[in-house]
Amino acid sequence: MLNLTINGKPHQLELDPQMPLLWAIRDHIGLTGTKYSCGVAQCGSCTVYLDGDPVRSCVTPLSVAVGKEITTIEGLNSAVGRAVQEAWKELEVVQCGFCQSGQIMSATALLSRNTKPTDADIDAAMQGNLCRCATYARIRAGIKLAGTKLAGGKA
Amino acid sequence: MKTNDIVNLSRRRFVAGGILSVAGLTLGILPDVQAEQPGSAAEAMGTAPAEAGEFSPNAFLRIDKSGAVTVISKHLEMGQGTYTGLATLVAEELDADWDRVRVEGAPADASRYNNLFWGAMQGTGGSTAIANSFDQLRRAGAAARQMLVAAAAERWQVPIAEIRVVSGVVEHAASGRKAGFGELAEAAASQPVPETVLLKDPAAFELIGKRIPRKDSSEKIDGSAQFTQDVRLPGMKTALVLHPPRFGAKVCGVADSAALQISGVSRIVQIPSGVAVVADDFWSAKLGRDALRVSWDESEAFNESSEQLLQAYRELAKTAGTVARDDGKAVQVLAETDDVLEAEYSVPFLSHSAMEPMDCIVRIDDNGCEIWNGEQMQTGDQMAVAALLGLQPEQVKINMLYAGGSFGRRANPAADYVLEAVHIAKQLEQGIPLKMIWTREDDTRAGYYRPMYLHRLRATLDPAGNPLAWDQCIVGQSILAGTPFESAMVKDGIDHTSVEGAVNLPYAIDHFHLDLHSPKLPVPVLWWRSVGSTHTAFVGESFIDELAHKAGQDPVAYRRRLLAKHPRHLGVLNLAAEKADWGAPLGRGQGRGVAVHESFNSYVAQVAEVTVRRGVIHVDRVVIAIDCGIAVNPDVIEAQMQGGMGFGLSAALYSELVLDRGRVMQSNFHDYQILRIDQMPEVEVYIVPSAEPPTGVGEPATPVIAPALANAVFAATGQRLRRLPLRLAS
Ligand code: FES
Ligand code: FES
Repeated sequence: MLNLTINGKPHQLELDPQMPLLWAIRDHIGLTGTKYSCGVAQCGSCTVYLDGDPVRSCVTPLSVAVGKEITTIEGLNSAVGRAVQEAWKELEVVQCGFCQSGQIMSATALLSRNTKPTDADIDAAMQGNLCRCATYARIRAGIKLAGTKLAGGKA
Repeated sequence: MKTNDIVNLSRRRFVAGGILSVAGLTLGILPDVQAEQPGSAAEAMGTAPAEAGEFSPNAFLRIDKSGAVTVISKHLEMGQGTYTGLATLVAEELDADWDRVRVEGAPADASRYNNLFWGAMQGTGGSTAIANSFDQLRRAGAAARQMLVAAAAERWQVPIAEIRVVSGVVEHAASGRKAGFGELAEAAASQPVPETVLLKDPAAFELIGKRIPRKDSSEKIDGSAQFTQDVRLPGMKTALVLHPPRFGAKVCGVADSAALQISGVSRIVQIPSGVAVVADDFWSAKLGRDALRVSWDESEAFNESSEQLLQAYRELAKTAGTVARDDGKAVQVLAETDDVLEAEYSVPFLSHSAMEPMDCIVRIDDNGCEIWNGEQMQTGDQMAVAALLGLQPEQVKINMLYAGGSFGRRANPAADYVLEAVHIAKQLEQGIPLKMIWTREDDTRAGYYRPMYLHRLRATLDPAGNPLAWDQCIVGQSILAGTPFESAMVKDGIDHTSVEGAVNLPYAIDHFHLDLHSPKLPVPVLWWRSVGSTHTAFVGESFIDELAHKAGQDPVAYRRRLLAKHPRHLGVLNLAAEKADWGAPLGRGQGRGVAVHESFNSYVAQVAEVTVRRGVIHVDRVVIAIDCGIAVNPDVIEAQMQGGMGFGLSAALYSELVLDRGRVMQSNFHDYQILRIDQMPEVEVYIVPSAEPPTGVGEPATPVIAPALANAVFAATGQRLRRLPLRLAS
């Protein structure tokens, strides 16, 4: 039996400890905002937090997640997370939307460390999050807008 | 308010000849649908499913007792903003409150939800969603508005002419009476459906032309949006398919005992396209597939390599193909001069690689078959599934979910992945829902690619430097051959999707010859965002640039002169050149390139600025001008220009699918590279103001970037790159 804490809620699951966290979250907990796209840590669609740090859940075995705080897009309720989501809405970042849970998780992680990221900071933090719709220009603008808002400035 | 009677607005303006060339899906228009329909708003629209007390005047909307408006979208939302655009059309004429409008996907029912540009077919593609719906959905909204107003007039005993509707509120100023849509819904439902409807004068548009919010943003931001991958049904099983290592290989032996021992794996089933592992969840199915041992008969499998194919195409291009266009005497003119510029261009196979790998859910029971899918071609899939199961098409119910991208992949005349899921579900116990998921590797390797093409060109100039003769030969697989569309769409041996964008090259050239070879190969091919233009724009716009340089003339000025009879091409060309400061000096290693191209009746020009540093091409800035007629939502248009260009940039610089003795060499994003955020240039988008009927925006930005970029690289380095993805000589 594995004990997992997801978005603050405890779950007990009888699963193979080698199963990637992604599939426990999607198929067993039923939280489907975290997406599968590549399965090999190449796209960022499955990004969640373990104790606040972004990880690719498609290559993170359950055994590693045990005892840690797991946060998915559904549980993203920090001030930074909300600011990112608001900026995304304001700038209409999404297109198909499939990559966007991962984009928002990575962007929030970046802004949680650094509210004034430079373009190079954004490149470094976000270049593992692919978007086939190429919403990148707006993702960049969204991160900057959220950062400005968090810093209390006017956007 | 000035109004136009819709009866006089002909949608035939969009239609030229028997075949409507809005590629993407270039489909024959059936005469009965092409014929003008009478102006009645009641025209066989049926109604949207409604509950008691709700008002559903036609198939495209319903209004409930709370006043909430639900617009039924007949088109797939795959990122292009169609839910927002279609709802805007209804809401505009309804004078609805935009915040109270929501969108729901239509069921598969071509009698109500056909694409008006595709005859009797329901489906999404060819950047037609807004264009084919522009009149239809405005009429649907206007009819509903008239019925609400009539109901209010009756209730208040006031003349209809004195009633106004503002943002979801029906009001009579003189008496001060007001009612929301919800209060009037029931009464409106018993009003007669108007015989004719009056549409707004465009000057009175409140929503069309404004940057109003998308309808799908919120749920895509909080993770609640439902894609096929996300659907969970009671008792559902998940299947993965082991596909053959080469196209055309057949299963000859299956050793499944190890796979069946994996906990959670319930069945191993053979299907025409491989062997499926059915399990309780994805991970069990994946482990089961890893443990499965299948031997393949590859004796008839495709065994050639991309380079080998290209060489064969090269030889073919030297021979006469089927003539697609022949003005003047191009071949003769070229034979009579020594001064011929000759060039060969080529593009590789490409995978669509939407972020959501292909997937589909199927449940079969006594009543028929139910499907959950990011459904892009309802009628085709419905017919294919019905034929496989021996059902009537209407027994195949399709739930259209959001698609996590498609770029053409989910509209396959062969219905490949949908049928694959049905083949598996058919072998399970009745009533069990089956979710088939492709892994990224399946999505990359199991086929349906943008075909590989090779072009051979020859041209000569007149004494003023203008092109006198142009001879072009295209070699590449036909997308439509062997599909149900072949008979309607391949005319005189020419698949229009192979030559679109080349056969209509707009430049004034007296002697123009274009021919086509369509070799048959077992590599499955399909339309890929902007279809034929993906290669014809690259080739045509690069080669015209070569001619401009050969003539020693500025590439923009050169194009301008040759486009004198094409005002909309000129409009975008001039706008992009002006905004990009065409001609302003650049630094060392920098260059600027231009391209202009029409696809899907929309006109796009792009100016790319590059820096070439240590052998690497950096795209600094791209300026885009678009003319798509009336701009229904400028923000969505801007997004599609940015994203469509970015999609094209992947193909211009990174993506290439290579066959090696029949095997697809790429498998996932580490070797099938697509654009990343640090590679995205600064983008500026400018929309040409227009009163023309709206045309598509999902695709037209995609094909223009490769030639703009190649031309910029030439300006920066003097290297003319004629093969995609662009690679500098080391
Ligand atoms: S699905 Fe995990 S990184 Fe792509
Ligand atoms: S929004 Fe479609 S993949 Fe990013």
